Amino acid sequence: MQVPILKQGQYLIASVQAALRDADLIDLRDSLTEKVGTYRSRGVIVDVTALDVLDSFACRTLSDIATMIRLRGAQTIIVGIQPEVAFSMVQLGLKLEGVATALDLEEGLEYMSRRTKRMGHGQHGK
Amino acid sequence: MQASRKRKLRPRSQSGSSGVFTELVEHLRKNRSGLRAEWARRVTEAQLLTAMSEDEILTETTSIYDNYIDVLATGAVEALEAYARNLSEKIIPRGVETHEVIGIVLLLRDVLLRSLLAAYQSRADLLTRMLDAFEPAARRIIVTVAAGFVHERERIIHEQQAAIRELSTPVLPVREALLILPIVGVIDPQRAHQLTGQLLRGVRANRAKVVVIDVTGVPSIDSTVANHLVLTVEAARLLGATAIVTGLSPEIAQTLVTIGVDLDKMRTVCDLRGGIEEADRLLGYRVTRVNDPSEQAEQWEGS
Amino acid sequence: MASTENEVRISIKSDEDILSARQEGRELGVRLGFGPSELAMIATAISELARNLLLYARNGSIICWAIEREPKKGIVIQATDEGPGIPDVEAVLKDGYSTSGGLGLGLPGVRRMMDEFAIVSHKGRGTTVTTIKWKS
Repeated sequence: MQVPILKQGQYLIASVQAALRDADLIDLRDSLTEKVGTYRSRGVIVDVTALDVLDSFACRTLSDIATMIRLRGAQTIIVGIQPEVAFSMVQLGLKLEGVATALDLEEGLEYMSRRTKRMGHGQHGK
Repeated sequence: MQASRKRKLRPRSQSGSSGVFTELVEHLRKNRSGLRAEWARRVTEAQLLTAMSEDEILTETTSIYDNYIDVLATGAVEALEAYARNLSEKIIPRGVETHEVIGIVLLLRDVLLRSLLAAYQSRADLLTRMLDAFEPAARRIIVTVAAGFVHERERIIHEQQAAIRELSTPVLPVREALLILPIVGVIDPQRAHQLTGQLLRGVRANRAKVVVIDVTGVPSIDSTVANHLVLTVEAARLLGATAIVTGLSPEIAQTLVTIGVDLDKMRTVCDLRGGIEEADRLLGYRVTRVNDPSEQAEQWEGS
Repeated sequence: MASTENEVRISIKSDEDILSARQEGRELGVRLGFGPSELAMIATAISELARNLLLYARNGSIICWAIEREPKKGIVIQATDEGPGIPDVEAVLKDGYSTSGGLGLGLPGVRRMMDEFAIVSHKGRGTTVTTIKWKS
């Protein structure tokens, strides 16, 4: 199942709709990395509101997404982690360290505009 | 699970005993009104069910009696269990206690026994067989009713405790994007769990970016709860909120360090006021005084 | 493998099976009356246990069923396989233990989320992890 990725101005928004297979997560990672280059996006917002579980593989992949996007000169933020999911994650020791998080899409966009404003122009990798 | 163990009261035994049972049930049904009235009288005499009115006692004793005989006749105990739970739900808030419930069922058994003795005393052999049939069934009834009552009581107490826990730790939205969670009293693992749930739900509901968790009112924290606190801070971050812990006494701080809790994982400030100031800073607020407070008060009074 | 109303049995052969196991486990949890935060922990625990089976075990399955220990009611989640067995069980239960670059076994985490936890492993023969969550 493909995760829809929308371009909103300088940002890409990936909205996860349902539970993802491992392959879907990998696709998402590769897709975002490619599109950031194509559109020269400044930021990526991954919305995981619909997910009822974030296990070790999912967290690992989200972390990888953030790393690869950063290598392309853009920011990533994960939004929409549900309270119950957050608590389960931390009990497993999955903290998404080094990855920005926000409550929802609105907060995520706000974060992005603050962040990219601060960073100024032109930091795009190839 | 339960369906496969449909419990029967009537012992599956030799022929003739079912005849005895039938006669037993017949006798109890025939003398229904007399026996029920006798029982109600003895309940009042023993000063049981004082929390209930006479009418209520009449209604419930009738129901219980009929249920009792039904169970003896059919051997199926599920209906009795349901009835016992139902009745318990009604009478527990009225203050009826366990000893009263057990007491009235024992009295009923006594009334029925005496009635059997009176009716069949000349036929000792039949009487013995009747008692053999009656005894295990009657015992099972008492246990079922008592267990149902106790179970219901525990359920209600449990519910009340949860309500108290919820009330005792309100999550307070103070300013936009700022929540305060003042915790007072001892935190056991169950309460810690409930606090985390409340905090995280509060973050989401209030769109909080900063939560100040004040533990000034907490006398001591053990390692389980301390680790739980760290996890709560991490979980809040995943929802986009920064947690500040305030009010850690020097003793608690020492305990945490000794246990090995990584205090770097938590922002801590020594008191609540300091915590709110830190929160304001994080949120980009600056608090400035506009008027002299006494002037302000006059203005309010004038208008 | 089949599931009935009070029991879930899923053989874990692909990552799709991980999703099925946690979906059905969660549904069993819903039928048993668990609340949202408990359901999240049940589903996450199943996911981690199932992933271990996929990564490390032969013929692994996840089995969940309802349990009653008067007056408590709960759900049992069991992960069982036929090999290779865990050579040092104590080590994998230490916090921070991880193989496969971070994916690890996650057993300390599963133990933290569940109320009861037991593991039996025989080298060469297989492992069974049994966990219970009680309804609060």
